[in-house]
Amino acid sequence: MTTSLSRRSLLGLAGAAAGTVFLVGCGNDDDKSGNSGGSSTIEWWHISNTDPLLSIWQKAADDFMAQNSGVSIKITPLANEAFKSKLTTVTQAGNAPSLFQSWGGGVLKQQVEAGLLKDITAEISSFVGNLTPAPLKYYQVDGKYYGLPFDNGMVGFWYNKELFEKAGIKDTPKTWGELLEAIRKLKAAGITPIALGGKDKWPGHFYWSYLAMRVAGGEALEAAMSEKNFETPDLLEATKKLKDLVDLQPFQKGFLAATYDGPDGQAALVGNGQAAMELNGQFAPSNQAAFSKSKEGLGDKLGFFPFPEVEGGKGKITDVFGGGNGFVVGKDAPPETVEFLKFLLSPDVQRKAAEAGAILPTNKEASDGVKDPNQQIVAKTVAEATTFQLYLDQAWEPKVGQQVNDSVAELMAGKASPEQVLKSITDAAKR
Amino acid sequence: MPQSASGSLGAARGTGDTRPARPPAPDTAPSTTRAPRPRVTRRDIGRWATIATFLTPALLLFGVLVLVPIGLAAYTSFFDWNGFPGTEKFIGLENFRRLVNDEVFRGDLWRGFVLIVLSVTVQLPFALALALLLNQPLRGRAIYRVMFFAPYVLSEVITAVLFSMVLSPNVGLANQVLRYVGLEELAAEWLADTSTVLYAVFVVITWKYFGFYMILFLAARQSIPAEIIEAAAVDGANAWKTFWHVTLPLLGPTIRIAVFLSIIGTIQLFDAVWVLTGGGPVHASETMAITMYRYGFQSYEVGYASAISIAMFMISLVFALLYQRFVLRRDTEGAVTVIGGKR
Repeated sequence: MTTSLSRRSLLGLAGAAAGTVFLVGCGNDDDKSGNSGGSSTIEWWHISNTDPLLSIWQKAADDFMAQNSGVSIKITPLANEAFKSKLTTVTQAGNAPSLFQSWGGGVLKQQVEAGLLKDITAEISSFVGNLTPAPLKYYQVDGKYYGLPFDNGMVGFWYNKELFEKAGIKDTPKTWGELLEAIRKLKAAGITPIALGGKDKWPGHFYWSYLAMRVAGGEALEAAMSEKNFETPDLLEATKKLKDLVDLQPFQKGFLAATYDGPDGQAALVGNGQAAMELNGQFAPSNQAAFSKSKEGLGDKLGFFPFPEVEGGKGKITDVFGGGNGFVVGKDAPPETVEFLKFLLSPDVQRKAAEAGAILPTNKEASDGVKDPNQQIVAKTVAEATTFQLYLDQAWEPKVGQQVNDSVAELMAGKASPEQVLKSITDAAKR
Repeated sequence: MPQSASGSLGAARGTGDTRPARPPAPDTAPSTTRAPRPRVTRRDIGRWATIATFLTPALLLFGVLVLVPIGLAAYTSFFDWNGFPGTEKFIGLENFRRLVNDEVFRGDLWRGFVLIVLSVTVQLPFALALALLLNQPLRGRAIYRVMFFAPYVLSEVITAVLFSMVLSPNVGLANQVLRYVGLEELAAEWLADTSTVLYAVFVVITWKYFGFYMILFLAARQSIPAEIIEAAAVDGANAWKTFWHVTLPLLGPTIRIAVFLSIIGTIQLFDAVWVLTGGGPVHASETMAITMYRYGFQSYEVGYASAISIAMFMISLVFALLYQRFVLRRDTEGAVTVIGGKR
C-alpha cells in the first residue's frame, strides 16, 4: 500500500514537473467548487476557439447562468494541441476540469480507469434517447456514461464535379473497381486524382480503416482490437487493396511531406481545384474554403459520395467510419455540470451551431438545422448507419492508434509490406 | 555582502570579549598565536554563510528544475505508464530492452551521427572560411557580418516555418526558382523524399547556425595579434602556411568549443525538425528528441519516452565528460577556478 502510494505520488510529481507549476495551480482552484446550495463554478475547457462556435458556446453559458443563479461557468477556450498538453499536465497530477472536450473512445477509457471522470448514467438516462445512437457507445465504459457527443459526422469522398466530368467519369464510384477506374481516368486526363496530407498521418489511416471495414466487415476492426490480432486473412486482403491503390500513384507529388492544412496542403489542393478528391470528414468543405486561394472553396462544384463497396467484401456501403466531438464530466464537477451538458445538447443550442455550419448535431430534433445539401447527405448517412466505427486514433488507446497512423504511412511511402503493417499494429496492441 | 560584514564584526567583538577571560599572559607570543584561531573560525563561518546564502537560490532552482526532473525521469523509465495517475506498472529494465531493439531509435543514432559528421566537416569549415573572409579588408564588410548573423536571431520554429514554405513542392520558392531558370528536372520534393529529407534538414540547420559560428571564429581571429601574423610574413611564410601554422592553431580553443556546441546541439535537435518534417517521411528525418516526444505526447507511453530521454541524457553526459576530459582539458586549464587552489 505504502509503496504504491508513494509510487503514485512520485509519478504524479513527474507529471507536475513535466508541465509548469502554475498549470497545476490552475487545476487546484476548482476543488472549492463542490459545495452545494451556495455558488458553484463549472470549469469548462473547450477547443472551439474560433467563431462561430466560440460565441455560440459563450452565449449558451451566459443563458445557462442567467437561468440558474448561483452557478458560474468559467470558460477556457484552447487550441487543439494546447488543449491536449494542458489537459495532460493536470490529469497527470490527478485533476480534471468539470467539463471538457473529448473524442470518446480510447483516451476516455484511460481517463475513466484513472478515476478522473464522473459516472453520469443516472442523470442522463431519460435524455440520451434524444440523441443519434451511432456514436454513443464511444462515451461509455462498461455500459456507464461519462460524457456525451455534441457533434458527429463521417468520412467519405469529397470530389470536384467539374474535374470528374472533364475526365469523363459519368457516375460516382460505387465499387472499389469503379474507384480505381475513375483514378485511372483522372490520371489520363492529367488531373491529380487524390490530395493527401501525408505528414499529418491521420488522413492516410482513413483509407486503411475503410478498406478493412469493407473487406472484413463493419465490426472487424473492433473485433481485431479486442482479440489483439490484426494478422487475419481478411485484414491482409484489405491492406493489399490499399497497396493496389498506392501503386496507382493517385496522390499529388510530394504528398508524404504535405500537411492537411496550409497553402500547399490537402484541403487547399481540393479547394483550389488542383486535385479531384479527398477522403475526409464532415469538416472538409469548411477547411477547403479556408485554405483555398479564393477563400471560398469549390462551392456548388463540390460533391460527396460514401466510400465504395469492395466486391465480395463482408462490409456494406452503409457501414460508417467517422467521429466528432463531445464533452466529458470531471470527477469533482459540481452537480449542475450535467444539467449544463444537457443544455448544450438541447435542440436550440444544437440547431444554432448546426445553422452556423459548425457542427453536425447529435440531437435528432436539431437535424433540420443542417442547410448544406452535402452535409445533409452526411447527416442522413450517419443517422442510418448500419455500423459506426470511430476514428481509430481516437477509438483506441493512443499507442495503438498512433501505430496505425505510422504503419499506414509507411505502407504509403512504400517502406512497409502489408504483412509488416499488420504485424506492427498487432505488436502495439499486445504491448 | 552584509553577511560577511557582520561576520567580521562579530569576530572583532569576539576577540574583545574573550581577552579578559583569558589567564594573564606575557604580551607578545601567546596573543599572536592563540588569538587568531577563534578569529579565523568565526570568519570561516561567516564566509560559508555568505557562500550558502548566495548559492542556495541557484542550487535550489538547479535542483528543482534540473536534478529532480532527471531523477523522476529515471524513475519513470522503469514503468509501463500511459500518463494517467494510478495506471503505472513496474517493468524494470524492459523499456531499455525495447529501446536497444527499436529500429527507429537505432535509426535516430545513425541519423544523429550523419548530422554530426556533416556539421563538423561542412558547417563549421564553411563558417570558418566566411569568418576569415570577413576579417579581410572588404567593402561593406559590416553589412555582410550583420547579414550572415541575422538568421541566428530567428527562433528555430520560425526558421522551420520559413523553410517549409521555401521547400513546399508546388508553391515553394526553391522549386519556382529552379523552374524559372530552366532547371525543371532539379526541382524535387525535398522534404517528401526519404533520401533527401535529412540533407534538407541539415541545410536548414546550417542556414540558421553558420552565422553564430562565424561570429565566434571572427572574434577569435581578431584576438590574434597582428604582430604574430606579421612575424610570419617576415619569416617568409605564404598565406597558406600562415593560416595552417599560425592562425589555425591559435583558433584551436574556439574551434574545439564550436565542435562541442555543434555536437551537443545536434544530439538535442528538436524544434526545427519537428516543425519542418515532424520526423518524417517514415522516420527519415527523426531525431532522438522527436522519437521521445512522439512516444510521450502522442502515444502516451510515458515510461518508454522517459527511457529514451534517459538514453539521450546519458549520451550527452558521457560525450560532454569525455570531451571535457580529453579535448577541452588544455583550454580550460587555469581558466577554471578550483576550490582549494591548484591540485
